[in-house]
Amino acid sequence: MTDRYAQLVNTPIGKLVTKQIGLPQPPRLERYEPGDPVIAGPVLLGAAGGTGPSRLVGPVAKILKAIDAEVLTAMDQDLRTAAAEAKLDAGVFNPEAAPEDQRFKALVFDATGIESSDELQRAWAFFGPAIRRVRPSGRVIILGTPPEDCATPPLAIAQRALEGLERAIGKEVKKGATSQLVYVKPKAEGQLESTLRFLLSPRSAFVSGQVIRIGSAAAAAGKVDWDAPLNGKVALVTGAARGIGASIAEVLARDGAHVVGLDVAPMADELSAVTGRLGGSFLAADITDDDAPAVIADHLLGRHEGVDVVVHNAGITRDKTLGRMTEEQWSKVIAINLTAPQRITEELLARDVIRRNGRIVGVSSISGIAGNAGQTNYSTSKAGVIGFVQAYAPALAKRGVTINAVAPGFIETQMTAAMPIAIREAGRRMNSVSQGGLPIDVAETVAWFAAPGSAGVTANIVRVCGQSLIGA
Amino acid sequence: MNATARRVAVLGGTRIPFARQNGPYARASNQDMLTATLDALVTRFGLEGEVLGEVAAGAVLKHSRDFNLTRECVLGSRLAPETPAYDVQQACGTGLEATVLVANKIALGQIDCAIAGGVDTTSDAPIAINEDLRAVLLELNRTKSNAGRLRTLTKLRPQQLVPEIPRNAEPRTGLSMGEHTAIMAQEWGIGREEQDELAVTSHHRLAAAYDSGWMGDLVTPFLGLERDQNLRPDSSVEKLAKLKPVFGGPDGTMTAGNSTPLSDGASAVLLASEEWAKAHDIPVQAYFTDAQTAGVDYVHKREGLLMAPAYAMPRMLARHDAALQDFDFYEIHEAFAAQVLCTLKAWEDPVFCSERLGLDAPVGAIDRNRLNVHGGSLGAGHPFGATGGRIVAALAKALSETDPDRPARGVISICAAGGLGVTAIMEAAHD
Repeated sequence: MTDRYAQLVNTPIGKLVTKQIGLPQPPRLERYEPGDPVIAGPVLLGAAGGTGPSRLVGPVAKILKAIDAEVLTAMDQDLRTAAAEAKLDAGVFNPEAAPEDQRFKALVFDATGIESSDELQRAWAFFGPAIRRVRPSGRVIILGTPPEDCATPPLAIAQRALEGLERAIGKEVKKGATSQLVYVKPKAEGQLESTLRFLLSPRSAFVSGQVIRIGSAAAAAGKVDWDAPLNGKVALVTGAARGIGASIAEVLARDGAHVVGLDVAPMADELSAVTGRLGGSFLAADITDDDAPAVIADHLLGRHEGVDVVVHNAGITRDKTLGRMTEEQWSKVIAINLTAPQRITEELLARDVIRRNGRIVGVSSISGIAGNAGQTNYSTSKAGVIGFVQAYAPALAKRGVTINAVAPGFIETQMTAAMPIAIREAGRRMNSVSQGGLPIDVAETVAWFAAPGSAGVTANIVRVCGQSLIGA
Repeated sequence: MNATARRVAVLGGTRIPFARQNGPYARASNQDMLTATLDALVTRFGLEGEVLGEVAAGAVLKHSRDFNLTRECVLGSRLAPETPAYDVQQACGTGLEATVLVANKIALGQIDCAIAGGVDTTSDAPIAINEDLRAVLLELNRTKSNAGRLRTLTKLRPQQLVPEIPRNAEPRTGLSMGEHTAIMAQEWGIGREEQDELAVTSHHRLAAAYDSGWMGDLVTPFLGLERDQNLRPDSSVEKLAKLKPVFGGPDGTMTAGNSTPLSDGASAVLLASEEWAKAHDIPVQAYFTDAQTAGVDYVHKREGLLMAPAYAMPRMLARHDAALQDFDFYEIHEAFAAQVLCTLKAWEDPVFCSERLGLDAPVGAIDRNRLNVHGGSLGAGHPFGATGGRIVAALAKALSETDPDRPARGVISICAAGGLGVTAIMEAAHD
C-alpha cells in the first residue's frame, strides 16, 4: 500500500535523480490533523466586479472571518467594503507593488459578476498575477452561478466557461495545489460555509478539478460545531471492516458521530476491532440477503431510534473482460454495489429511519465515469450509483435529506496494491498530483457531505482522484 | 483662571532654508540655527526686547550640553532675556507639539503670546562615547581607593574608542524608519510610480512657491543659502524612475528620491491671543483650532510605524463634527511619499476604517489638488524638529490668502518615530 516511488522522490538524492531524467515529481500532500486551522496561510480574495453583482464576496468574507484566516484583497471598493462588513481585517494586495516572494495558500475568486464572455477577462486579470504565488498544497477556488440558473444565454455561457478555466488551472498549479469550481444557486449563498471550509482545508488534499453545486438547504442545520460537526449523530457505514470503509468510520467518529459499522460475518472480527476503537457499534450482515434492509432498519430503530448518516460504501470487484465474465461475477457486483444501496435506502425511507437533515452518501468510482476495461460489471454498478444519487435527490430534498456520492480515483488500498505494477503505476501517476490518494481522502470527502452544515449540498458526484486524466 | 478658552491666533512664522546633511550648515549648531530663526522672527514682527509669554521649541538630535537649548537660544536672541522657555521633544512631531503646547496656554489665558519652533542638525550630530567606556569611567568615578581605581582602569579596551553614533532606528525593532515604511508600503500595496509622482509634485509646487515670491516672508536666508538645498525644480518622474531602491530590498519601491533626506534647519512661529495681536498691531493670519495626538503599537500589534496620524485625524474630526473632505488645505508631512500614500489609502479603506478606527464609514478620499499646495517635506527637506513650524507657518499664510467672504480651514498631519502622530486644525481669520 506504500507508494515507494513518492517516498524516493521526496529524498534529496531521489529528487535530484528523478528530476534529471524527467520522471513525475509527486509532492507530499498536506493532510488534516485534528486541531489544525482550516487553512494555514494567507488567502487572496478577489471578485470579478463585472456588470453583475459579486454576490458571494460578502458571504465568503464572513466565512474567512469565521475561520480566522489571514486575508488579502485588492484595493477595490466593493471588496474592501465586503471585508469591512464581515469585520475582516484584510490586508492589501497590489500585484504591481507586491514583492516577488509574496505567496498565498489560497486564491478565492467570486466570478458571479461575470455576465458575458468578454468579462471572462476579469478572471484572467485576477489569476494572472496571483497564480504563480500559490504555495504547495495551496487552493484555487472559483465561485460561480450554475449555468442552468442563469437568466440569459451570455450569462450562462460565461458561467459554464469557468469549468474549463478551473480544470486547466488544476493542471497548471504544482506541488499539490488543487483547483475547484463551486456553483452556488441564487439565494443559496448562506449554504457555502461547509463546502468552502472543506475545499480550503487539507481535508480536500486529493480532490481537484471538481465542479460542486450548492443549492438551498434541504433542512435547517441549526448551529454547527465545526470542530465536532457530527456530535450526537448516528452514522451507518457499510463495508466498514477495512480499507476506505474503515477510514470513513474513523473520520465520522472523529467528527463526533456514533458509527454503526456493517460488514459481512466473515469480517466480523476486523469490523468489531474498528468500531470498538471508535466507540461505535457493529452489525454483521450480508447486504444482499433478502432480509438485510429490514435487519438494518430494525437495528437502527431499536438501538438508536433512527440514523442521520448512511454511507453505502460496501463494494466488490470481480474483474473479467465481458466475453469471459460469468453471470455470477456480473450479478454479484451489481447486487452488492448497486442493488443493495437502493433496497436499504428504500427500507430506511419507508420506515422513516433517516432523520431530518439526514445524509445519504454513495460511493461511485472513476470506473463508473470513464469505464474500465475488464470491469464492465463494476463500471456499470458505479455508474448506477451516480444514477442512484440523481434519481433520489429530488424526493429526498423534500424530506430534508441530501444524497451525494464520492467517486474515488486511484486510492492506495489492498485492492489497488494487488494490481499489476504497470497498471498500478499508470493509475497512480496519471493525475495532477502524480500519486494515489489515501483512504482518508475519500473519508474526508464523505465527512464533508455528512456534515450538518452541508444541507445545501445534494445530487453532487465529487471525484476524489487528484484530477485524474481518466474520465476527466 | 479663565473658564472659557480663548481663540489662538497664528500671526506668522519663518524659517531658515533647509540644508542637506553636511551641506552649508555642516558647522552650524542647533543653537546657531534656532537663534538665527528667532531673531528673524523678532525682526519681522518687531519683537526686539519684548518679553514673550514663552518660547517652546526642541530638537530631536541634541547634545547633552543642550539640555536647555531653547532657553539658551532665547538668551542669545534679541528677545528680552526675561522671556521663559523650555524644550520639547516628540520626534518629528516636535515642532507641531510645541505649537499645541503654547496654543493651549494662550487659550487658557496663562500666557498671551508665544513662539513655538524647532530645529535639527544631522551634520553637527551628537556623538557619545562608547557605552562600555562610559560604564568604566562612571565606575572609576565611584571608586574611592587608588588601588581600586587602578583595577578599574585595567578594564579599558581599545574597542571602547569606537563612539556611539546616533542611528535613525527604532530602539524596539532595530529597523530604520525607512525600513518600517517599506513594510507599510508593501502592506498597502503602494507602487513606485505613485510615490515618484508625489515627490515630483512636492518639488514642483515648492519651486513654484519660490519662483512666485510666495516663500518670501516664510524663509530667511542663512549662511548663504536662500532656498532649500534639497529642492530640485527640474525633478521628473522619468528621472526619479532611474534611482535604485534604498529600502525594502531589491524589489523595494522607496528611493532617495521619494524619501526625505537627512537635513539641517530651524523654524519658528508666533502665536498670541487676539487682544495681544491687536495691541501690537499685528494682523492675524489664522486661528489654531484644535489638535490631536495618537500612538500606535507597531511593536506587538504590528501596526505600521508611521500610521498614527491616520488614527489621530478621525478622533479630531469627530470633535468638530467635520468630514475630512471639509478642508481647503491638507498639510501632510511627507516623511516618505509612501507614508503619505499609506495614510490616504487607509482613510479610503473600508476595512481599515472599520477594523482599526472603529468607524461606520470610511474617512474617505481627499482632493489631491489641496494637498501640500506649496510643496512638502520631499521638496524642502526635513530637519526633524523644524518641520512642524514650517507647516504651521505655510498653512497660516495660505489660509490668510483665501476668499475673505467664506470660511476656510486647513488640517495638518505629521507622523513621528515611536509610532506617534500629531494632527491639527487651523482656520482662516476672516472675521
